Amino acid sequence: MIPTRHAGPVAAPHAASAGTVPRVMLWVSAALLPATLFGFWLYGWPAVHLWWVTTGSAILGEAFCLRLMQKPVAPVLRDGSALLTGWLLALSLPPWAPWWAGVIGGLFATVIGKQVFGGLGQNLFNPAMVARVMLLISFPVPMTLWTAPLPMLSANAPGFVDGLRITFGTLPATFDAMSSATLFGYARSELSRGVDLLQSLAATQAPTISLLGERAGSLGETSSLLIAAGGLLLLGLRIITWHIPFAMLATIALFASLMHGIDPARYLSVGIHLLSGAAMLGAFFIATDYVTSPNTAVGQLVFGAGVGFLTYVIRTWGGYPEGVAFAVLLMNALTPVIDRYTRPRIYGRDRRGAPLEIDP
Amino acid sequence: MGIFEKIFRHHPPWGVHPDDHKLPAANAPLRSLPLPALLYVPMQQHVGSPARPVVLVGQHVLKGQLIAEAQGNVSAPVHAPTSGRISAIGEVTAPHPSGLAQLAITIAADGADTWCERLPVDDPFALAPEEIARRTAAAGVVGLGGATFPAAVKFNLGRRLKVNTLIVNGGECEPYLSSDDRIMRDRAAEVVDGLRIVMYAIGAREALVGIEDNKPQAIAAMRVAAAAFGNVQVRPVPARYPMGSDKQLIQTLTGKEVPADARAAEVGVLVHNVSTCAAVHRALRRGEPLVERIVTLNGGALTRPGNLLAPIGTPVVDLLRFAGVSGRPARLVLGGPMMGIVLPHARVPIVKGASGILAFDAAEAHVAEAGPCIRCGSCTRACPMGLLPLEMASRIGADDLAGAAGFGLSDCIGCGCCAYVCPSHIPLVQYFSYAKGELSARERSKLRNDATRRLAEERVARLEREAREKAAAAARRKAERDAAKAAAGAAARPLPVRIVKPASEAAT
Repeated sequence: MIPTRHAGPVAAPHAASAGTVPRVMLWVSAALLPATLFGFWLYGWPAVHLWWVTTGSAILGEAFCLRLMQKPVAPVLRDGSALLTGWLLALSLPPWAPWWAGVIGGLFATVIGKQVFGGLGQNLFNPAMVARVMLLISFPVPMTLWTAPLPMLSANAPGFVDGLRITFGTLPATFDAMSSATLFGYARSELSRGVDLLQSLAATQAPTISLLGERAGSLGETSSLLIAAGGLLLLGLRIITWHIPFAMLATIALFASLMHGIDPARYLSVGIHLLSGAAMLGAFFIATDYVTSPNTAVGQLVFGAGVGFLTYVIRTWGGYPEGVAFAVLLMNALTPVIDRYTRPRIYGRDRRGAPLEIDP
Repeated sequence: MGIFEKIFRHHPPWGVHPDDHKLPAANAPLRSLPLPALLYVPMQQHVGSPARPVVLVGQHVLKGQLIAEAQGNVSAPVHAPTSGRISAIGEVTAPHPSGLAQLAITIAADGADTWCERLPVDDPFALAPEEIARRTAAAGVVGLGGATFPAAVKFNLGRRLKVNTLIVNGGECEPYLSSDDRIMRDRAAEVVDGLRIVMYAIGAREALVGIEDNKPQAIAAMRVAAAAFGNVQVRPVPARYPMGSDKQLIQTLTGKEVPADARAAEVGVLVHNVSTCAAVHRALRRGEPLVERIVTLNGGALTRPGNLLAPIGTPVVDLLRFAGVSGRPARLVLGGPMMGIVLPHARVPIVKGASGILAFDAAEAHVAEAGPCIRCGSCTRACPMGLLPLEMASRIGADDLAGAAGFGLSDCIGCGCCAYVCPSHIPLVQYFSYAKGELSARERSKLRNDATRRLAEERVARLEREAREKAAAAARRKAERDAAKAAAGAAARPLPVRIVKPASEAAT
């Protein structure tokens, strides 16, 4: 007789695909890496320090909650979701933001944004965006202080230790000279001064759009090209589908071209809308968050279009120059509703769930 | 597979493509298992009522002799897989994860393998279709793709509903399995002849043979065999699990969708497996009942994987020994890895529906620990029925079975695509099987409670009625008694005296 080793019944299927949650998180992180490294180079050591402070805080917050709930800590941390949350938050902060912004944001993201809801898979809102919006509303000044690019190894760039001083101490006196505005912030303030876009964007001090993103902004707002490349990698690996990024970017492009066509002096062009803010990061990495977005193709198209529309509205007529974070959170709130109304049709049934008529 | 191929490859918008593990087993030539000493032939090898033994312990039987007859409308008879002596009629462990016992006839083979008298038919097309169905039923032919539904019952259904298209299922989408592949390669002429007999029996005008495109040799062999028949078309279909599921194959080949509450025959289509067609051929042309089948022996724990021709009732252990077991299999599976069932041990017999026995090594049997659902939607994209497995599972987890049913639980075919792709390794199929079982148990207990309540209410009503009637009867009796008493009293009391004068006196 040939004995077998298993103890009890195991249900089919007796096979599994290679996909695992840690693998998904790892690939998303890998896709973020080029843009992140480019951002590190662009803004120097302070950006590096802010990144590890933020991701470390996010992981710490997760571990703290798991300990409180007496759940195993190590296996959950290994899924990589806390790291990714912290990473995405770090990419959305001003690169020279003080350490406490990273700490408060990171802890808030995983403790309040995620674990309070019940941990991975249970949160209604994107944790990184919850933390970012909290920081923006609570500390509007440091959260809107942007630095002009000061690439590593360039003459005035802060070294490792100076970087620590900037992140953990006070901003250097010379910061004012280095501070800059994002393109959206600049355009908005010039518009409010009565200078129309045709003049303000032509001015010499206007931030430029370059595909590589050498301009002021958060790490995730600069290099649209590298962010999009990471997004395409995720598409190729089938970790995300095209529906949300396409719907979001297409909607922004649609409204931007419409309004820019009507009045180029008041409304920014499609290129600026797509390439100079957080649109790419939002479309490929934030709005596509599995947990907080709809799970059917139609639902994802609706969701993406909603994020795109709200982003455009907030950027153009809202109180903040950039609106991706708010738009994502608002659509997160709508996700259960979208899921409810975009259920797929079941084989053999019509959309309402009634059996199909027999068609001989 | 290159990244672009992955993006642009054409396939249906459902299902999964597991690593098929079909080689080298599929390419190994078909071998015959040496006759086992003891065969344990279960009475329940099909959907429907179990067969009833018609032999006695100690009786000598010949190969192909009827040993148990069908009972009821949906059932199938069972025949002796070899010649020998009936050594026992009793319970053996069923090929089922429960390890429960099942009635079986044990035959001690005499080694001669002598056939009983066979009644071959030279020209089945000269018989009446009803006669073909009768002979198929008498030969114990059931669906060999795994469903084991009695074939003749489907013939009659197809004829009654005037089915136009016979779909012959050569999909064999389950990984590891190659018994259908082998029968199409080695016995293509038998398959084609069998399917033409089935077409005639159900009155179909055309037959579409759907074969997954990962079986080029089978496609080629079947094309050669079917070349002479214009109404038999061999149609390669994309290798995509669960292509072998009848609803998905029908949709791929004909574009028709079977309504949720209907049978395939009602949309003019009937599906039969290639091995079933070959069994019909043997039942008619050779007069041989279904007493053996091709079983795929595969898995990491086997040294000589391949396909074996084995008598029904062969203990799994004999098959494993023949296929060479290295070490201890970590798990034994009957059927394919996607829908197969775990065997409690190797001392169970194979049945008519046993397309494969898989002996997994430790790596193949590894069960990853389940994590939380991250709502990635992989299951939704994989589901061939258009269901939302993640929503159903979250409802079931909260014991909201009615909620899960509202998401279409009853339409789940249990194919396992969702659990296969789940990155959190949530055993979704187990959730759904549990919920389906629990719902039907609740339904049954509700019916039972309703019946009990009805009986109780009727009893109360009856008691009340009886009490009422009793009271009414008592009242009536009392009234009668009173009346009688009154009458008696009246008789006893001196009547008011009336002086009756004699008429004569009055006259005077």
